[in-house]
Amino acid sequence: MIEIKNISKSFKEKQVLFDISGTFLKGKNNLIIGSSGTGKSVLLKNIVGLITPDQGDIIYNERSFIYGSEQDRKQIRREIGMLFQGSALFDSKNIEENVRFPLDILTDFPIEEKIDRVNFCLERVGLLNINKKMPSEISGGMKKRVGIARAIVNRPNYLFCDEPNSGLDPQTGIKIDNLIKEITSEYSITTVIVTHDMNSVFEIGDHIMFLLEGKKLWEGSNGEVTKSDLKELNDFIFATKLMKQMYLH
Amino acid sequence: MRSLGKYVTFMGSLLTRRETFSTYIKLIIQECVNVGYNSLFIVGIVSLFMGAVTTIQTAFNLVSPFIPDYVISLVVRDMAILELSPTIIAIIFAGKVGSSIAGELGTMRITEQIDALEVMGINASSYLVLPKIIACVIMYPMLVILSIFLILFGGYFAGTITGILSSVDYLYGIRYEFIEFNITFAIIKALVFSFLIASISSYKGFFTTGGSLEVGKASTSAVTNSCIAVLLADYALAQLLLG
Repeated sequence: MIEIKNISKSFKEKQVLFDISGTFLKGKNNLIIGSSGTGKSVLLKNIVGLITPDQGDIIYNERSFIYGSEQDRKQIRREIGMLFQGSALFDSKNIEENVRFPLDILTDFPIEEKIDRVNFCLERVGLLNINKKMPSEISGGMKKRVGIARAIVNRPNYLFCDEPNSGLDPQTGIKIDNLIKEITSEYSITTVIVTHDMNSVFEIGDHIMFLLEGKKLWEGSNGEVTKSDLKELNDFIFATKLMKQMYLH
Repeated sequence: MRSLGKYVTFMGSLLTRRETFSTYIKLIIQECVNVGYNSLFIVGIVSLFMGAVTTIQTAFNLVSPFIPDYVISLVVRDMAILELSPTIIAIIFAGKVGSSIAGELGTMRITEQIDALEVMGINASSYLVLPKIIACVIMYPMLVILSIFLILFGGYFAGTITGILSSVDYLYGIRYEFIEFNITFAIIKALVFSFLIASISSYKGFFTTGGSLEVGKASTSAVTNSCIAVLLADYALAQLLLG
C-alpha cells in the first residue's frame, strides 16, 4: 500500500499540486485521472521520486520515501517498476538487454538466470523471438509490452504506469490495460496508473482518484465513479455522448 | 553565474551514489571506442592536411636565404606540439564528440530514458556521464599524440614531394633543439580540453528540456561553449605554464 500525505509542489511561482492526500491499495489498479495539464504526471513523478515535493510525505508500506534513510529509499526504489508514456526503452540496447537492465544493475544473479527471467517476462507480455531486435525495429504497442516486461522483471511490489495506452489504437490499448490488470492481481502488486482514457477507468480501475487543476476533488471505487454527483467529475467522465448514453440512460 | 553553479553541482553529482567498479569499466571501454576509435579517421585526415599545409605556408613565408631549410620543419614541429594538435584537434573533437554526447543525453532526457534510470535508483548523471568524461580524458591525449605524428608526417610528405626541403633537412629540423616539456605541455592541454569538452557537452545534453528542436540547440550550444572554454583554457595554460 502507498499513502500520500499533503503533497504540494510548485515550479517557480506556479503551484501545480495542492495538498493532495490519498491511498493506493495493494493488489489493485489505482487510477489517477483528470484532464491534460491537471498535474497527474507531476503527482506520479513525486510518488516515484523523480521530483521532490515541496511539502508532504509518501509512505510505502510504513516507510517514508521523503524523510526515510537513504538505505530505505534505495530499497523502495528497488521495489518499483515503471512504465513510461513513451516506453523509455534504451535506444542503444536490444530488447533483451533492455529488459535485463534492472537485473544487471540491481542483482548479482548469474547471466543464465537473468536471461531465463527476461524470457519469462517477455513471454508473459506476449512477446516471443524479439530478444535481439532493437527498440527502433518494433511497434509502439510492442514497445509498451517491453516496457512492462522491464518494469516487472525485478518482481516489483509497486508498478507505476504513465498513460500506458496513449498513442495506441483502441484494441492495443485494451490489451495493454488487460495485461496490467492481470499482472497486478497475479503478483498482488500496488499499481498506480495515470490516465485520461475512460476505457481504462471502466475496464481496469479498482480505485480512482480524480484531479482537477492540481487538487484532488474525488476518490473512490470504480462502482462509485459513475454515481458521483460531483459536477467536475461528471463533466470529465461523461464528456462524450457515447459515455452519457451508456451510463446515464 | 547560476549556470556555473549548476555545472559545478552537476560535476559533484557524478561522484555520489556510484555504481560498481565493474559496471563503470564496461561503460568506459564502450565509450573509449565511441570517442577515441571512432574519431581516428577525422583526426587523421585533418592532421595530415594540417601538416602538409603548415609546411607549405611556412616555406612560403621564410623567403630569406639566410634562414636554413630545416627551420621549416622546426616551425611545423613546434606548431604541431604546442597548438595545432592539442587545440585545433580539440575544436574538431568538440564538433564530433561534444555534439554527439549532448545529442545522445538530450535525446535520452526528452524520451524519459534518464527518468527510467532514476526510477531504478541509478544515479543517471554518474552512470551516463562519468564514463564519457573518463573515456575522453583517456582517449583525447592519445589522439593528440597521434595527431602530432601525423602532422609531422603530412609535413614531411608535402615538403619532400614538392621539393620545398630535403628529407634530411626535414628530419634534422624536427629534432633540432627539441624541448621535451612541450610534449608535457601538450598532454596537460589535452587533459584539460578533453575534460572541458566532455563535461560541458554532458551538462548541456543532460539538462535539455523540450523536444527534438531543443536537442539540436543543446548540441550546438555544447559545441559553442566547449570551443570557447577550450580557447580560454588555452590562453590560461599558455600564460601559466609558458609565460
